[in-house]
Amino acid sequence: MESLKSDLVLDCKGVLCPMPVIRISQAIKTIGVGQILEMQTTDPGSRPDMEAWTKQTGHELLASREASGVYTFYVRRTK
Amino acid sequence: MDTDVKQYIDQKVNEEVARRFRELGEASSKPTRMALVASKGTLDMAYPPLILATTAASLGWEVGIFFTFYGLDILHKDRIHTLKVGPVGNPAMPPPIRALPFLKVPNILGVLPGMTAVASQMMKGWIARAKLPTIPELMDIAKACDVSLFACATTMGLMGISQAELIDGAKCAGAAAFLDYAAGAKVSLFI
Repeated sequence: MESLKSDLVLDCKGVLCPMPVIRISQAIKTIGVGQILEMQTTDPGSRPDMEAWTKQTGHELLASREASGVYTFYVRRTK
Repeated sequence: MDTDVKQYIDQKVNEEVARRFRELGEASSKPTRMALVASKGTLDMAYPPLILATTAASLGWEVGIFFTFYGLDILHKDRIHTLKVGPVGNPAMPPPIRALPFLKVPNILGVLPGMTAVASQMMKGWIARAKLPTIPELMDIAKACDVSLFACATTMGLMGISQAELIDGAKCAGAAAFLDYAAGAKVSLFI
């Protein structure tokens, strides 16, 4: 996962549902197809939410990690 | 002659198969639809429909909300800014104060003048601290996400609310129009 290089970093730390999902759905449109978006959030419900968001939108959840309350997700824009 | 008939049948069958595949493709490429009814006009109850609507839109879904009875206040140009939470008849009010856990404020104090404003201010404080958008801000996000906003025609008549009093983008609709929309929805919720 260390080799994952993101094309855009979206900081959603400190905001709760629904804001991370709303912001990532806007941000994903600003990168090219195939590019990678990195989203950081402190929302404790973000893992199941991001799994659902990628399942519903078809974008690819490449990896995720949690460190001291910050969840980081790597998503590849697929379309 | 036989080969002509066979060719003709083959061609017709191929055309028909192609047409059906096209139809299937169109059907499967249609976005998931969600139909919500927002029937409450309090500050706390304005959040669930707008949070679900903006989230569903972010999942790529098509979303419509039918604002009916007091829920129509959420679509009202002025009232959307003054939604309140009621302390009377609300057993969750007043909430326990963390710093003073021994303090039990009786619910009946909610009838005192000004308590609705106090309760509403308190909730607005929580909302601000959680960095949650305000209801007008969430409504702006919903509009930007193309959420369809249906204003219940009966409620407009009942409460004497004109189209001009509703926020831009609100569409006056009756129950039949909303049910027709909801018939095509995978998810329907009454809030």
